[in-house]
Amino acid sequence: MENILNLIQNLLIADFRTATPILLAGIGLIYMYRAGIVNIGVEGTMLIGAFAGSYGAYIFNNVWMGILVAGIVGGIVGAIFAFLIITIKADQIVTGVAINILAIGLTTTLNRILFGVNTSPPEIPSIGKISLPYLSEIPFIGRLLFNQLSMVYLALLLVPITYYIFYKTTIGLKIRAVGDHPKAADTAGVNVFKVRYWTTIFGSMLAGIGGAFLSTGILSFFTEDMVAGRGFIALAAVIFGNWNPWGVLGASLLFGFGDAIQIRIQAMGSNIPYQFLIMVPYLLTITALAGLVGKVNPPKASAEPYIKEE
Amino acid sequence: MPADTKIDIKKIAIPIFSVLVSFILGGIIIKMMGLSPSTAFKALMQGGIGNINALGETFVKATPLVFTALSYAFAYKAGLINIGAEGQLYMGGFLATLVGTNFQGLPMYIHLPLAIIAAFIGGGLWGLVVAWLKVRFNANEIITTVMLNYIAMNWISYLVTGPMKAPPGNYPQSKDILSTALLPNILPGSRLHLGLLLAVLMLIFYYIFFKKTKTGYETRIVGRNRKAADYAGMKSKKLSLLIMFIAGGVAGLAGASEILGIQGRMIEGFSPGYGFDGIAVALLGLNSSFGIGLSAIFFGFLRSGGNMMQMLAQVPVSVISIITGLVIIFVIAGQAISNNRIAGLQKIIDLFKRSEPNNGKHS
Repeated sequence: MENILNLIQNLLIADFRTATPILLAGIGLIYMYRAGIVNIGVEGTMLIGAFAGSYGAYIFNNVWMGILVAGIVGGIVGAIFAFLIITIKADQIVTGVAINILAIGLTTTLNRILFGVNTSPPEIPSIGKISLPYLSEIPFIGRLLFNQLSMVYLALLLVPITYYIFYKTTIGLKIRAVGDHPKAADTAGVNVFKVRYWTTIFGSMLAGIGGAFLSTGILSFFTEDMVAGRGFIALAAVIFGNWNPWGVLGASLLFGFGDAIQIRIQAMGSNIPYQFLIMVPYLLTITALAGLVGKVNPPKASAEPYIKEE
Repeated sequence: MPADTKIDIKKIAIPIFSVLVSFILGGIIIKMMGLSPSTAFKALMQGGIGNINALGETFVKATPLVFTALSYAFAYKAGLINIGAEGQLYMGGFLATLVGTNFQGLPMYIHLPLAIIAAFIGGGLWGLVVAWLKVRFNANEIITTVMLNYIAMNWISYLVTGPMKAPPGNYPQSKDILSTALLPNILPGSRLHLGLLLAVLMLIFYYIFFKKTKTGYETRIVGRNRKAADYAGMKSKKLSLLIMFIAGGVAGLAGASEILGIQGRMIEGFSPGYGFDGIAVALLGLNSSFGIGLSAIFFGFLRSGGNMMQMLAQVPVSVISIITGLVIIFVIAGQAISNNRIAGLQKIIDLFKRSEPNNGKHS
């Protein structure tokens, strides 16, 4: 009994860790999606963030500088994406696919040039744990909730903040209006282009930081293609979480749990087909999209460019 | 009719211009690495068209790209965005392997076609799921195809580490494909196989389907305006199901060509992203059969030359992905600009553009 409880606790601790990059990118995606932007390029943005984060941490010998670099670089990727899809009105989906291909090329190339091909990756500073006094001593949930990597707390904090922004402030109202009825929002004096630019840049910064958590939090080095579909899982989490920050938190924890178990199964060298666990987020998202479980309400102007009538 | 047959210089200029700019940027990146762009591009040429083997390799890589690009193009004509060719490719490869490793004793002229048809059905059913979710539940095909890609990849991973793993089971791969189901070599001294012919046949099929058949014509109408098509009595739902079955099926052929023509067995992750590169191929080829053929050869050339570039000029082969990504971005941006006429940017384009009358076309 003791053992099983221990195992569950360890899995849940790992779950918060594996859920964090999904949650960060997912929250970023909410900002974009709510403004009517479907950014499939989030996978590539995370990969670029993962590389920028580890390289930044390595150069400055400080993990938080790495996170900062990842955020800035993610924001730049977002700005380029925004320029292409908002100003030039290029197709959002195809542009996203291009960013993913570009990201694989860029990060692999830079990694080989900056860190060399055959050498093992250099150790870089990684994110430390913060143990909250007293709280972390609560049995079971203490170690789970109050003895985590510092980035985990930051990601969790973003959930109520984002909820507050979307449902209690005029900024949130504007973003939602732009995503649902861009024309009406424009008539009401909201600058549709400006809102879409800023949500894309901010959302991509979060995706970049989410990627950096993979290379500086879960691991402490960059490996090629290390995001491995987590950007798409974040997209799935946003849809399954019904574009709501709390929903996305729940979905991230659910999907992260599968990830945590899968890592454990692979580490044990067990024959349990972990592949089915990896499929769960995608299957759930499809059933959610089909309206088979719950009902999803995507922003109405998703993936449509806004063309202002003169 | 006249609008379709007229060759639009501007339309063709965008892909050519995009390729040129991407290569120049690629050269700058190579230069920034402290390597020589001219050595790199020379190696690229050598690896892409330098000898029979290199030339064969270019077409070997172009073959699956024709299939995945056609998959995107088929769906696109029906107004559907198919990001799922990668998953459809895997499911096609799965059924091709299932048929190809069984039925010992069948003659080749039955076994090989059977394996190819199985691949088409495998990919087609995976595409059909997308269309069914779309017409029955109104589930966005962009998202469902992305999700189904990962389900298919993990399904293959499960099969080759589990039920389909070849004994004694040291490697995550299936049994060898029986010789009667292998696509035979068609160019001695290279790896070029009969799959190329299949790709050419599919290009012709694509051309005939959309130019000469009633169903193809209706599909294009549905793609342009679903509501109007329904109003005119066309069954847009039925057509969506049919087209996604074909689109998936064609992508499934890419799986067959890889497994029956190159690998000889199913391994984990046997596609190096052909499904996604197919989108680039279709875009660059302007969704026309001739254009897709040409741009598949171009991307095949990049992939086969890229390896030589890495060997001879120490330029990482991943530079090819950078060039691919850039090509897509420039093509899609160029098309959007020419469709939407943006004030500031339009002035720049006007400088390059021949004086063509503006017919106010929005496609």
